Amino acid sequence: MSAKLEIVTESGLQFFGKMTASISHEIKNVLAIINENAGLLEDLALMADRGAAIEPQRLKNMSRAVMKQVSRADTIMKNMNRLAHSVDESINTIDLKDILEPLVALSYRFASTRGVAVQPKLNEGPVTLRTSPFFLMNLLWLCLDFAMDAAGEDKIVELVTQKTEAGVRVFFKSLGGLAGDSLKPFPAEHEKGLCDLLGAELEVSTGNQEIIVRIVEDIDRN
Amino acid sequence: MNTRVLLVDDEEQFVDALSERLTIRDYEITTSLNGKDALEKIRQYNYDVVILDVAMPGTDGIEVLREIKKLKPLTEVIMLTGHGTVETAIEGMKRGAFDFLMKPCDTEALDTKIKKAFARKDEHEERIRTAMVSGSISSPRSVLEDD
Repeated sequence: MSAKLEIVTESGLQFFGKMTASISHEIKNVLAIINENAGLLEDLALMADRGAAIEPQRLKNMSRAVMKQVSRADTIMKNMNRLAHSVDESINTIDLKDILEPLVALSYRFASTRGVAVQPKLNEGPVTLRTSPFFLMNLLWLCLDFAMDAAGEDKIVELVTQKTEAGVRVFFKSLGGLAGDSLKPFPAEHEKGLCDLLGAELEVSTGNQEIIVRIVEDIDRN
Repeated sequence: MNTRVLLVDDEEQFVDALSERLTIRDYEITTSLNGKDALEKIRQYNYDVVILDVAMPGTDGIEVLREIKKLKPLTEVIMLTGHGTVETAIEGMKRGAFDFLMKPCDTEALDTKIKKAFARKDEHEERIRTAMVSGSISSPRSVLEDD
């Protein structure tokens, strides 16, 4: 396997592994809540058997808690499904929103652990690209991951898209920590390999406190 | 006196349901949704056992454990972990946690671990009391000394 292909494959596998591990963690949390509510129902039933009065409101609250978690799990699985289907076609025509929206949702736990809020400000209309959906999501994840470490004191990362004649620009803004010494090198091998594959350009602007990813409209014209 | 338990997890609905189940089992439960708040409570109050989630936003479980052991070394800690953080839970045990459980956890198994953790704390405190009494008997003046 060529070195470039090896780098991109490694990056893709690591991205997929990281996302699915995070999804499994979220689902475990959902199951834990449903488990405790089911156990509590059992406890209350035992108490009722012994003559204790059970307030209907208590049961309603538990029922609502379970339904809320089912809805949460459903959203998590929808985003996982979008990630899984991003590899259906190696090259496909997509709306950038269909990459960014699940990515932001899947990144929530990573952002939350770092105390960072990701604020998407996406183009209102469709931004159509012919690209590799999975590897584009991979590249944008690597940028977002780095951006979360480089967030400023307000701990916000703004994610902005801007349509251009040649394609689209994706900005990761408000990165007040970009000048910090403790950040890992960026872009590194994986980011550069993915940019080569996608015909993308990546710029880190310490002065403007942002990362800019320029993506071509059609990967085949690259 | 009921065993005093502090339950620390960022998932509010999990904390609500589990605290109710443990209250039914006669534990005195306090809850906390993050590490910072948990440490504040531990500074102000003596808990027998802390049930601590490993993966929390902000101050993570291992960091909180480290601080608990500095503030209240006799307080026992049981770590709660999701599948991907078993290694972290084992690291926690090396740093003095009493035990760990995987989420979703069996409440009866948790109940048993809380009882064992309390028993260990109780035994440690008894040994300390015995040692202090022995010290007072061998050197009666020592009761006049500041700690």
